[in-house]
Amino acid sequence: MHSQRTMLIWMTLPALLFYLALLAVPLLSIFLLSFETEAGPGLDSYRQVFSDPYFLTIFLRTLGLSLLVTAIALVLGTGEALVLSRMSPSWQGIFLVVILGPLLISVIVRTLGWAILFGGNGPLSVAAQWLHLSDGPISLMYSMTGLIAALVHVSVPFVVISVWVSLQGINPDVERAGASLGANGFTIFRRLVLPRILPGILSASLVVFSLAATAFATPAIIGGRRLKVVATAIYDEFLSMLNWPLGAALAVVLLLVNVGLFSLFNRVLNRSRRRATTSLSRPEGQPT
Amino acid sequence: MMRNGPLSLVFHAVFVAFTAAPLVAVMLVSFTDKGYMAMPFSGASLRWYVALIDAPHFLDAFITSLWLGAISASLSLLLSLPAALAISRYRFVGRDAISAALLSPLLIPHVVLGVAFLRFFTDFGINGTPAGLVAAHALIITPYCLRLCLSAANSIDERIEQAAVSLGAKRRQVFTRITLRLILPGIVSGWVLAFIHSFDEVTMSAFLASPSLMPLPVALYHRIEDSIDPSVAAMSSLLIVMAVMAMVVIDRVYGLSRVFTGSR
Repeated sequence: MHSQRTMLIWMTLPALLFYLALLAVPLLSIFLLSFETEAGPGLDSYRQVFSDPYFLTIFLRTLGLSLLVTAIALVLGTGEALVLSRMSPSWQGIFLVVILGPLLISVIVRTLGWAILFGGNGPLSVAAQWLHLSDGPISLMYSMTGLIAALVHVSVPFVVISVWVSLQGINPDVERAGASLGANGFTIFRRLVLPRILPGILSASLVVFSLAATAFATPAIIGGRRLKVVATAIYDEFLSMLNWPLGAALAVVLLLVNVGLFSLFNRVLNRSRRRATTSLSRPEGQPT
Repeated sequence: MMRNGPLSLVFHAVFVAFTAAPLVAVMLVSFTDKGYMAMPFSGASLRWYVALIDAPHFLDAFITSLWLGAISASLSLLLSLPAALAISRYRFVGRDAISAALLSPLLIPHVVLGVAFLRFFTDFGINGTPAGLVAAHALIITPYCLRLCLSAANSIDERIEQAAVSLGAKRRQVFTRITLRLILPGIVSGWVLAFIHSFDEVTMSAFLASPSLMPLPVALYHRIEDSIDPSVAAMSSLLIVMAVMAMVVIDRVYGLSRVFTGSR
């Protein structure tokens, strides 16, 4: 028994020590940095973050952007997962690869694609002029619409996976039983399917919101200086303004909001998952 | 089985087009013969691929990303495989806490990790060094590697190991000839997924890179920021092709949906 405990320690200790040195210590140091002022430790940076209208705009923009991206990605991704689930297995396999594949490609490449599409002489602009929707070249670069589209593109695969996995847990007989009892398609979806995939939708919404709220490369390229978000503001404070304590305070706020959301959501999620598994059919896939 | 109506199929087509559009745009533009981002329909050439070889800036960054990904994925595997075996095979106090702690980097925005490492490495004088970048990458990719190692270790049927023991195999033999072989696909996929996450990482690396040590996504980011020229598209197209090849390999070895959903 003693030897087993020694072995377990040796198996987990390297990873834990690595995390202590490279996760706990750096996060602590950024936390301390955020309280640094010229006259010793103080709350100056936080005061500025919470009172300067410049930062208030950035926070509100990030929040609005993330909410919109989450809502759009949820609707599109859930719809696509439902469509996929009704295809034959071989089509499912092909389209899952097509839809999830972009996750393996750097976000910088995908964002470059949107920058090309959105540019003044890009295909969208050419098409709009050809259709007489616009007189001159139009550009979605540095626009909220463009930024939302690009972020939805980056995040929607996560919704498709999440909902698709929870759809796998539904016994098709349940839908058939509903239909045989005279329920129409919408009722079947609302009463039988939706409750089962709700945990999947909820956990996807958390992932997407967090992804959109903390995204850096896409807002930096598509939004530019004009549409700054929290992540790009942190980058600027650190690398162009060289006001590290202020950047650190922004980072701490972003981190706390993110971790807070995750723990809050986890509680809601566990409750809805329990409800979803109480009745009907095969057991739900375990959360990953 | 419920069937898709015409409306769902139209939605599906639009969705797939939306998914593919930016990638197709990148690949088309890479074949232009113009000096700016243009579609190749009025003149195609391979000049921007030639330009990649002539100005080896991107190739250097590509090589940096390759060794950075390989070393940090290996380091992350060395850390996560033993931990995954311990967590999945034994019941012990603090087991759930350890596994939650090891997955926790997933909760931390990369921009926050970027500034934290920038500060930390600057204090220790190792910012912009390979060691710092490798360590930072190993940290963010370990959760992905751990997850696949865990799911592989969880899926082992312990009766196979018991059978080996009853046939007289020693513990070491059971481990190297049974356990390790059974989880090998999971280990390989864990390494590959970790490599890909390191290879694609841009946000955190943007804080830690130096002109002499710049991973490819950061080099692309800086080039896109100051002037979009089609060589960026050529390099990106090569990345898309590589990702497609990686996808095929992963799908053969382990099953793509298993990797993405991180289960079973």
